[in-house]
Amino acid sequence: MALEIRGITKRFGALVANDAISLSVAEGEILALLGENGAGKTTLMNILFGHYVADEGEMLVDGRALPPGDTGAAIAAGVGMVHQHFALADNMTVLENITLGTERLWSWRSDTAAARARIVEMAEAYGLTVDPDRRVEELSIGERQRVEILKALYRDARILILDEPTSVLTPQESDRLFDTLKAMVARGLSIIFITHKLHEILRVSDRVAVLRRGAVVGTVATRDADRESLAEMMVGRKVARPRAEHLEPGRPVIELDAVSVAGPRGGNPVLDRVSLTVREREIVGLAGVAGNGQSALAALLSGTLAPSAGTVSLDGEPVRRFTAREFITRRVGRIPEDRHATGVVGDLTVWENLISERLRETPLWRWRWIIDFAACKAYARRLVEQFDIRVAGIDGATRLMSGGNMQKLILARVLDRSPRFILASQPIRGLDEGAIAAVHQRLLDAKRDGAGVLVISEDLDEILAIADRVVVIHAGRTSPSLDIGDADARRLGLMMAGDLQHGAGAMAS
Amino acid sequence: MDLIEVFLTAGFWAAMIRIACPLILGTLGELICERAGVLNLGIEGIMTAGAMAGWMWVYQGGDLWGGVTFAAFVGASLGLIHAGFTVYLGLSQHVAGIGLTMFASAMSFFTFRMMLPSSTTPPKIQGFQQVKIPGVSDLPFFGDAFLNHTPMTYATFLAVPVVMYVLYRTPLGLAVRMAGENPVAVEAQGIDVLAVRCGAVMAGSALMAIGGAYLTMSAFDAFYFGMINGRGWICVALVIFASWRPGKALLGALLFAGLDALQVRAQQFAGGAIPYQFFLMLPYVLSIAAMVVMARRARYPKALLVPYRRGERH
Amino acid sequence: MTLEPREHTPLWLVVLAPVAAVAASLILCSVLILWTGQPVLKAYALLLGGAFGSSFGIAETLTRSTPLILTGLAVAVAFRAKFWNIGAEGQLYCGALAATWLGTGMINLPPVLMIPLLFVGGAVAGGVALLLPVFLKVRLKVDEVVTTLLLNFVILLLVSFLLEGPWKDPMSLGWPQAAPIVDEGVLPVLLAKSRLHLGLLVGLASAILIWAAMRWSIWGYEIRAVGLNPQAAGFAGIPVNLTMLRVAMLSGGLAGMAGVGEVAGLKGYLTLDLSPGFGYAGIAVAMLANLHPIGVILSAVFLAGIYVGADSMSRAVNIPTYIADVLVASSVLAVLVSLMLVRFRVRFR
Repeated sequence: MALEIRGITKRFGALVANDAISLSVAEGEILALLGENGAGKTTLMNILFGHYVADEGEMLVDGRALPPGDTGAAIAAGVGMVHQHFALADNMTVLENITLGTERLWSWRSDTAAARARIVEMAEAYGLTVDPDRRVEELSIGERQRVEILKALYRDARILILDEPTSVLTPQESDRLFDTLKAMVARGLSIIFITHKLHEILRVSDRVAVLRRGAVVGTVATRDADRESLAEMMVGRKVARPRAEHLEPGRPVIELDAVSVAGPRGGNPVLDRVSLTVREREIVGLAGVAGNGQSALAALLSGTLAPSAGTVSLDGEPVRRFTAREFITRRVGRIPEDRHATGVVGDLTVWENLISERLRETPLWRWRWIIDFAACKAYARRLVEQFDIRVAGIDGATRLMSGGNMQKLILARVLDRSPRFILASQPIRGLDEGAIAAVHQRLLDAKRDGAGVLVISEDLDEILAIADRVVVIHAGRTSPSLDIGDADARRLGLMMAGDLQHGAGAMAS
Repeated sequence: MDLIEVFLTAGFWAAMIRIACPLILGTLGELICERAGVLNLGIEGIMTAGAMAGWMWVYQGGDLWGGVTFAAFVGASLGLIHAGFTVYLGLSQHVAGIGLTMFASAMSFFTFRMMLPSSTTPPKIQGFQQVKIPGVSDLPFFGDAFLNHTPMTYATFLAVPVVMYVLYRTPLGLAVRMAGENPVAVEAQGIDVLAVRCGAVMAGSALMAIGGAYLTMSAFDAFYFGMINGRGWICVALVIFASWRPGKALLGALLFAGLDALQVRAQQFAGGAIPYQFFLMLPYVLSIAAMVVMARRARYPKALLVPYRRGERH
Repeated sequence: MTLEPREHTPLWLVVLAPVAAVAASLILCSVLILWTGQPVLKAYALLLGGAFGSSFGIAETLTRSTPLILTGLAVAVAFRAKFWNIGAEGQLYCGALAATWLGTGMINLPPVLMIPLLFVGGAVAGGVALLLPVFLKVRLKVDEVVTTLLLNFVILLLVSFLLEGPWKDPMSLGWPQAAPIVDEGVLPVLLAKSRLHLGLLVGLASAILIWAAMRWSIWGYEIRAVGLNPQAAGFAGIPVNLTMLRVAMLSGGLAGMAGVGEVAGLKGYLTLDLSPGFGYAGIAVAMLANLHPIGVILSAVFLAGIYVGADSMSRAVNIPTYIADVLVASSVLAVLVSLMLVRFRVRFR
């Protein structure tokens, strides 16, 4: 066995993230590690790679024990990891990112010429072309992933761990990645492929280990597995994601007309003449590879960023003041991309976060200045009940909540104001199946109640599941909208890669 | 004498070099810390302690380079404290730095009073002397302005290319810069981020302390209370002005020192028409102005002020 | 070694933390006292006795704590919002300048109006001193730590200019000092035969007011939210920049009031040595109090006691007064560590 994991247990406080996990990978094998968000996949790999130290258990590489908590030793033993959130320094070159740590720290010079030659050679061998002297920030997401893989190969990795590698790629880029992985195992490497997407597993892996709530619930050969059985093993019960029902859309709730946002330091615009309409009783999905202007668009529609050109209209009225306050008062419900950084103030209590958007509304305050504690808490208690937020008490710190409950808190804050328009950025990122179903159900209910919803997501499955129309964003430009019936993963993938008119042609025909 | 003529006197340029040295060392030191991701507001106190340590070593009969080494040692030790607080414990870099400045200054003053319980005029030491470089130091004007300085001055100017080389051309420098940009990337390559940061803070603090020691050993030959007088804070501003680049830091420090030297001479021309306090304000006002000018363009290390905790859940 | 955030912090730990920190710094300083050759316990006894052992000592300590409460509050309020105002020293002098400008003959009002006028004037001047740093921070993202620090030097030079130039009191026999505050503006003494003045009550009232405001008012909520997570606060519609401005005005105003108290209550006229670093000591006060307004009162009295006690101790035995500064600075550092241990659990593996 190239790698053997025996009885790994890891606890974070009361939470058991990994519960006596045992796994093994053979040489030349692709093992898929399947589990929904929060099942403990990433924790396990972080233990293997020395970022965390396990409370119990051991790991063997080629029969030799790996010292715990020592990334250097893991690398030396031939373990390489491609992180889900790339571990790259953006304003340094590819070469610098790859060679860091490969030479003795205390040497008086570094041999960049030899390193450059070796990178180019390896890149050609595996079809991972990338210019070693470019800065990482100039690279596309796909190229950055190649840099991450090269980093591991440069250090002679023989066991490669990929953590949700396709979550940031277009379907076509994923195909190319799978080819690269096949080429690697053909050369005798072992690969652990972490994912929660079933179809990828069936395509690329040899064996599947399924993780649920921190424990291995089963290991099967891929050829003996099918979608349904894997799904049930992963979730443990039948959880059906709610399906969209088509309603007759009403008047436009938000319209963007040729909206642009200038880039930093006079670079390319972040948003380039974007036009987009969302109507009552419809959900529009915005698909695209990360970093193509979604964040700017979300900030714009949250009121935290003003456009440099173009107009945004809410309910037919143009917006003049781009402040969060303005958008809140005009009944825009905003679900931010990063719950922890933008959605809540983690060190404030649950009730304080629930009232944060309506602080200056009756009856939560008195005499203009004073917060009415009793009224606020009563309000918070009602929301906790109504939206099924599981929390020890409304006086507890918000940062202690689980991701799903934190998202419910934000949804409660937003939906209680019966918004006309809802902006949902990556609404299900990092959530488990139960929470995903709950979030989607709430959005579909809001649609039925007359709201227009824009869902920004990098997860095509999500968009295909709940949107009525889909728009693709690439390099700050948006495509014409596509009815969901005309959209499929392959076509959207081509559009996400830059062929924005691909969809328009299909519509015309 | 006209103000323009000032630029034609060797004395002006020599003064500029002298004023620049502690700023160069302090700025380089702060730059190294910040490049690794740690703001070091202990600089004012560390420079005070360095000034005190260098002076004390020589006052006790030690030799000059020994004094420099001792100052560096004291600086590195204070840097270790700062690193312990900010790197290992992840405390607020602002607060820990200010606390360290208070602590280092208080310790320096206490030690000084212990050694000289009741002296009112601080005793002088025999500091670094000017060294003539055979042949070139006797050149008219040029020799007097640039080649008639103390060994510590020459060493200071040598420090700039050394720091540049280490930061940009060695594996260690790469690790330091990367630790300030994305510590996760450093950890993922098997390097101990905390150790890199700690080392950078210690090395940077040692440089700051040497900058302080320059004042007592190569400029005033004595230790006064309040002799650092905001120089440390000016260095923090200069790092921003220099956009975290050692070459620009040298340029900034020289420019700044030139204006300071000019200011002293301009006071004489003003002949009391403008009160001297306004001339003394100039360095501080200029520092603020420099930060304002560069603020828009500044591209600071991405992980500056962000503590890195190993094994923290994301 | 790893640090794990605690989910629940027992109350005893919160209370014990600063006490343990002070104890740790007392131990550190006893090493220094041993170096001086004096008996440690006797030295500490002298320090304690000098600060709290007599009614005179207590009055002196409270007098000294008056500006410290106000500068401590100034720092605590600012740091709560993560606005790193290190310029309380300069703002204190701005307040003193305003009091001198208004109170040396420009206006004459009965004391009930004159004294509030001086405090308001001083608060406004202290706030104005922070306008530039807060503007630069909000608009250009210029670090306020450096700007407020550098402005301290500028303001002090401005004071020096005024005291040696236009504002110099002709009756001062050549000393650089301003004319005395008019009788109507002088703060009444609280305790006969002491220097304790009305400023103490102003400080106490400010602390209680700020504590209440931080807890119950909308502005207080906004300040806390902005300090904890400005991004999320802004997203929720809280005006982050306006809140910063409010915090700056409040912080500068409190420091300015400390200057008014010293000029109109203690010295009677403005000099260059009006403040022996009260602004900087305010940082220590605020940090020892863990930025809690009521805690500021206690830690200000504690620090004042150290300074007053160290003075009398050094008169009695041969220990430099700088021991007080070392004691204060090491307490601050120790408190930082102890508060860390309150929030996190250390695990060695």
